[in-house]
Amino acid sequence: MFQKIVVPVDLAHEAVLQKTLTVAAEMARLYQAAICFVGVASASPGPVARTPEDYAKKLRAFAEAQAATHGVTTEAHAIQSHDPAVEMNKALERAVTELGADLVVMQSHVPNVADYIWAGHGAHVAAHSRASVFLVRD
Amino acid sequence: MTDQTTEAADGIPSPDGAAHIIETDYEIGQDNFEGSVGPFGFDIHNPVFAISGLAIVAFVFYTLALPEQAGAVFSWLFGTVTKGFDWFFLGSANIFVIFCLFLIVSPFGSVRLGGSEATPDYTYVGWFAMLFAAGMGIGLMFYGVSEPLSHFASSMGGTSVENGVRTDWAPLGAAAGNEAEAARLGMAATIFHWGLHPWAIYAVVALALALFSYNKGLPLTIRSAFYPIFGDAVWGWVGHVIDILAVFATLFGLATSLGFGATQANAGLNELFGIAVGSSTEVILISVITAIALVSVLRGLDGGVKVLSEINMGLAFALLLFVLLAGPTLFLLALFWDSLLAYLEYLPALSNPIGREDVNFSQGWTSFYWAWWISWSPFVGMFIARVSRGRSVREFIICVLLIPSMVCVLWMSVFGGTAMHQVIADGYTVAQEATLELKLFKMLDVMPLAGITSLIGIVLVIVFFVTSSDSGSLVIDTITAGGKVDAPVPQRAFWCIFEGAVAIVLLLSAGGLQSLQSMVISTGLPFTVVLLLMCYAILRGLISERKAT
Repeated sequence: MFQKIVVPVDLAHEAVLQKTLTVAAEMARLYQAAICFVGVASASPGPVARTPEDYAKKLRAFAEAQAATHGVTTEAHAIQSHDPAVEMNKALERAVTELGADLVVMQSHVPNVADYIWAGHGAHVAAHSRASVFLVRD
Repeated sequence: MTDQTTEAADGIPSPDGAAHIIETDYEIGQDNFEGSVGPFGFDIHNPVFAISGLAIVAFVFYTLALPEQAGAVFSWLFGTVTKGFDWFFLGSANIFVIFCLFLIVSPFGSVRLGGSEATPDYTYVGWFAMLFAAGMGIGLMFYGVSEPLSHFASSMGGTSVENGVRTDWAPLGAAAGNEAEAARLGMAATIFHWGLHPWAIYAVVALALALFSYNKGLPLTIRSAFYPIFGDAVWGWVGHVIDILAVFATLFGLATSLGFGATQANAGLNELFGIAVGSSTEVILISVITAIALVSVLRGLDGGVKVLSEINMGLAFALLLFVLLAGPTLFLLALFWDSLLAYLEYLPALSNPIGREDVNFSQGWTSFYWAWWISWSPFVGMFIARVSRGRSVREFIICVLLIPSMVCVLWMSVFGGTAMHQVIADGYTVAQEATLELKLFKMLDVMPLAGITSLIGIVLVIVFFVTSSDSGSLVIDTITAGGKVDAPVPQRAFWCIFEGAVAIVLLLSAGGLQSLQSMVISTGLPFTVVLLLMCYAILRGLISERKAT
């Protein structure tokens, strides 16, 4: 049913992603789909990596580790953004299309009053993507 | 297992080639405090955010509670700094210009910001629009007409001496009664204040930040430039103090400009539409400017700040072209070259830091301007750094130093030249006699399509304030988030609103804006030392970069 699952990840908050990663891996096994981990980062040094090259390397290592843990096929896709705090939604939306994904599994907070002003990343992707979207509430 | 990297929009492809990353155990964001206030998340650098925020509130209360005392203290400080240290400001600014020119011709010019293979984040147009809008946009609107006229008039008036001290405000030896020479000297003095020196000040800060962030892997915040000097101590209180000072200067600089800008825009609106001059109109103007800036920061760097900067540059260029064509075109074109030559001719004398006889000019104008540009440099420098990844050092300096300087020469020649021509050839002195904020409108008044061009003038004034306010909010947010550029969006909204609120409070208090402006300019003194140290740090950084590539 699904061939390619995109899983957006924030490597700075890996610990809270566990539920999402498990769901994604189980879906991948069920449908023999490949997982593509997508990360959006600025070119400026950040907590995860100090250069864009380093960031791509860390995302790759993360994908490899996930492949080993869950026995699924994984890819890594690093996106650079001038202003990730704002451009995240559009960047993810574009990546889902460009990568030809048919399912997105992503972490999403329980909506609150702030979502009336700033829609969460998950809500945005679900509203704009042609792919199916599975939001995992934390 | 495959891997790939792509770029978002016009992002930077990886890998970026060789760069000399500084080894440090410091992890970006390690001193940060993440949490949420109600539904809004935040991610702030603990001491820097809290201390700068509280200190700003405390200073605002101080100026409100004891306005006379605060006014006296700050104006004393301001006088002492600009008069007592004029030699230091003038001398240091010369060093920055020479340093930048040296970098263009030195082998260091080939070092690329972001690694040897890095490609630019922005096109030339987008990049230039942003650095210009943040750098000096608004000043050009107000001083473009008034400053050449002031220097022209004071030069025409000649010199006057009392007790062995010059009491006139003319630059250098003046040009009593000689219209042509007074015009040349007036243009040279104006361009001197808006040309190479201010842009060299910005270039030094911007280059230091870009180099230590993109090539050395340190957080995008002011303290990173001091790593070669203080080592890991820069992550402690030394660095906190530097960053707090930068936040302070940026926020108060923006708030005071926003306050003065509102008074000036109000005067323009009064002239055009008869809208009442008063604090309620000004409060509405600040609120509108802040609201537009808020939308812009929430749309982000590419979707908000860049778009507005480009609109701004387009409008400013249209107005420039209009004045050039509708004004005395041949006179202005000749004046452009003549002003450029006059600038180069008078440059050594105008920039001489010691033994000046024109004390009022060199202290009241030049020293004031240098302190002002320097106090703005953490903000403008950091913003320029943010958008300059992928440029080589040579390209960077040429585009941040030489091209803006040339644009300023052109702008000042066209606007100042038209106004001077009106005085000399037509005997129209209304613009010359008008108050500062009205000079531009009075000049446009006697040209064709005055209604439309004046309206464009007001729109430009407002948009220039918006572009300063939104880029300033981004900068303060990044510094107070310990150099993280992806802190939660509500945080930048907080700074944008806070800045507007401080401007409104100060505007409503008697003399609040003046006293804080004096304080902002006084921060220029410690920052001059900071900038001199930055030159040394840049050299150290470039030497290690050359070795790595």
